[in-house]
Amino acid sequence: MNIRKLKNKLGIAVLTSSLIITALFLVVFLARIFYKGASVLSWEFLSAPPREAMTAGGIFPALVGTFWLTVSSISIALPLGVLTAIYLTSYGKPRWFVRIVRIAINTLAGVPSIIYGLFGMAIFVNLLRFDVSLLAGAMTLAILALPIIINASEEALRSVPKDFREASLALGATERQTIQRVLLPTAFPNILTGAIISIGRVAGETAPIMFTAATFYSRRLPQTPFDEVMALPYHIYALMTEGTHAAKQVPIAYGTALVLLCLVLSISAVAIYIRYRIRKTRKW
Amino acid sequence: MKKTNLILLVSLMLIIVALPLVAQKNQITCSGSTTVLPVAQAAAEAYMDKNPSINISVRGGGSGVGVAALQNGTVDIANSSRPMKSKEISACKSKGINPVAYAVANDAIAIVVHKSNNVKNLTVKQIRDIYTGRIKNWNQVGGANLPIVIVSRDVASGTFEVFNEKALKGDKVDGGAQMLASNNAIVTTVSSTLGAIGYAGLGYINDGVNVVTVDNVMPSEITAKNASYPLSRKLYMYTNGNAKGEVGRFISFIQSAEGQALVKKQGFITLN
Amino acid sequence: MNRIIMKDYKEKLFKGITYVSSLFVIVFLFGIIVSIFREGMPLFDVVSIREFLLGTQWYPTHEDAEFGTFTLILGSVYVTLGALVIAIPLGLGSAIFIAEVATPRIREIAKPIIELLAGIPSVVYGLFGMAFLAPLIREWFNLSTGLNIFSASIILGIMIVPIIASMSEDAISTVPKNMREASLALGATKWETIVRVVVPASKSGIIGSILLGFGRAIGETMVLLMVSGGSAHIPKSIFDSTRPLTSTIAAEMGETVIGDLHYRSLFALAIVLFIITFFTNMLSELVFLKRRAR
Repeated sequence: MNIRKLKNKLGIAVLTSSLIITALFLVVFLARIFYKGASVLSWEFLSAPPREAMTAGGIFPALVGTFWLTVSSISIALPLGVLTAIYLTSYGKPRWFVRIVRIAINTLAGVPSIIYGLFGMAIFVNLLRFDVSLLAGAMTLAILALPIIINASEEALRSVPKDFREASLALGATERQTIQRVLLPTAFPNILTGAIISIGRVAGETAPIMFTAATFYSRRLPQTPFDEVMALPYHIYALMTEGTHAAKQVPIAYGTALVLLCLVLSISAVAIYIRYRIRKTRKW
Repeated sequence: MKKTNLILLVSLMLIIVALPLVAQKNQITCSGSTTVLPVAQAAAEAYMDKNPSINISVRGGGSGVGVAALQNGTVDIANSSRPMKSKEISACKSKGINPVAYAVANDAIAIVVHKSNNVKNLTVKQIRDIYTGRIKNWNQVGGANLPIVIVSRDVASGTFEVFNEKALKGDKVDGGAQMLASNNAIVTTVSSTLGAIGYAGLGYINDGVNVVTVDNVMPSEITAKNASYPLSRKLYMYTNGNAKGEVGRFISFIQSAEGQALVKKQGFITLN
Repeated sequence: MNRIIMKDYKEKLFKGITYVSSLFVIVFLFGIIVSIFREGMPLFDVVSIREFLLGTQWYPTHEDAEFGTFTLILGSVYVTLGALVIAIPLGLGSAIFIAEVATPRIREIAKPIIELLAGIPSVVYGLFGMAFLAPLIREWFNLSTGLNIFSASIILGIMIVPIIASMSEDAISTVPKNMREASLALGATKWETIVRVVVPASKSGIIGSILLGFGRAIGETMVLLMVSGGSAHIPKSIFDSTRPLTSTIAAEMGETVIGDLHYRSLFALAIVLFIITFFTNMLSELVFLKRRAR
């Protein structure tokens, strides 16, 4: 009897410690990034381009590059993703086609990011001759984000209560009108949440943009979709592996990581907040 | 809401179609050697300060990356810390690219070891035997009883190619060698690893490592310029055809007194 | 009459647009598969598949180039297994903790912790591994370098903890309450209930999550690029450096000329990588399906 009780206590302790270890890692991780990164943070860091062979100055072009990459890729992926989700939830025939689409979505979701990068390089950069450009990077990232947006939108659409749809149809609206005027607006906040989550994901990706969009140093901000861009994640990678003056550049890498983390986390926080507000105000 | 998304998509597509490779002038792209990178970047900054309407974009990756990009036609200047191989030149020519070399600096590949290592000189043959794994311990070359940790560069590196040609004479590097991505990474690793040996361009050497003489010659400005140091080389920028326009002006800038002062500031050796 | 025709065409148009959008997913996937096969397969005209998969010498830029990927594949496998060794206990343990042991208040803290870990970009994990963890490990264990399988497994492991944790927690929390209550009523302790009732009941969900974690780890690039060290030889200990598939592709791709043998060999690596992750994902799908069928 006592042995069993002991085992019980031990087992629960083991479980608790696994969470504690995980939490501990997170704390050490965040603390390190904050500590090392905060030392280079300043207004200049955020608003100026790099100077003096990347040992001084800021990361502004990388911020702008990440902004444009994210915005353009999501604006491509969002319409496509939502429309696909609408098809899957509201129309959904023929069945065999739906199944193929689902397999495609799940497979795409599992493709490693470096393969996206290779694909983007082979097709957008080389075949279509976009060269290393914002456009090539955005399209590559859009394909990466597509499964995420489709899944989130599908869930959002499915969470609309059936009665809404039935009421709308009963009142004489067509399927399309029901989708456009009832389902979409109702599902909108959840779709938005999904889009925001994918923004966070896309902003942090490095491998897809390594060969398609990113450059180590460029002073001018991107002016056409065919320009190369600096990007936050690539900047971290380049500083750490190709950097020329480690002593000055490692802290800059940390600072960039801090900025990127804050960006990604605040984006997630916004999404969570929206989700929370929806749950509060909705009565279903 | 659906409609606005659609309009966004359509207009985006129209913009894509209606903007074929516009505004690529006033933009110079430069990529390749990580050794040349600091020179290229410092020069790019100075040049852009003087010519605000020009934008120069600089990328690293290794000399191989630059050469490949030149061959693929995706870059204006290929930075290379080694001369292009005849295989590469004929491959370029068959694609209609005519590579022209411009030397921008002199450099020496220094052999570095940990600060506590008391080995002061190595012959080229010893270096080769170490890197191919035939010599495995420092006590075989006059040092302490310590296993040798080989630090090298990955395949894209021009520094590796020159080292391979001049020191290894084409032999394969031992499979247990660490393959790092930049000169800087090598110096950092060697400075913190007791038994390590590595090689890097002179501009990357700092107080954290000891430089070993090769065949009793110390790498320096003089020995690099007169090539008495066995592992000396020139750093190049390659263009497609003779460099004209902005690209030509940029390269001339680097080769000018002002540019060479920057070269020196970055720790490299001037052309003359 | 006209109004009905108008409506009808709008209906068909809209339906058509959604249909076409759905095609894109298929087109993209198809495009990815076709392009990597198209660029990579020509390698096998020159190098036999057996030599490619089983050869141990990877010297793609040498005068007589060799394309043996066995050490690369082995490197990927070792690092992934190492990551699972870390991630399964931590992830499953955390999941069980959250689902069975934690009070609702603790749950409020624990769940965001997992979500936060999931949101960190991989390159930041790589930075942490390269700049903080690796030097530490080098000092603690008195090694020549901290960039090795051990360090990479730790970082990679933590990275996939959220995947295993959240999916397992999902699976565990859908185990019907009455099963637990019955077990407790029969006199079992909480731990015994967990081990003999709850976990076996959510077995397929847990296994599915592990498979997904495996797939994610083997496809991860940035962390491995920055932390695993880069030497292409058969590792003899967990403190050896290694060169997984993904970092080889990322590190060498820029260096290749379009269409040459090295270029094709990297795409061939991509084919291998794709096949591995594809089958892993298919497997986890099947496992999840089995669970839904219950």
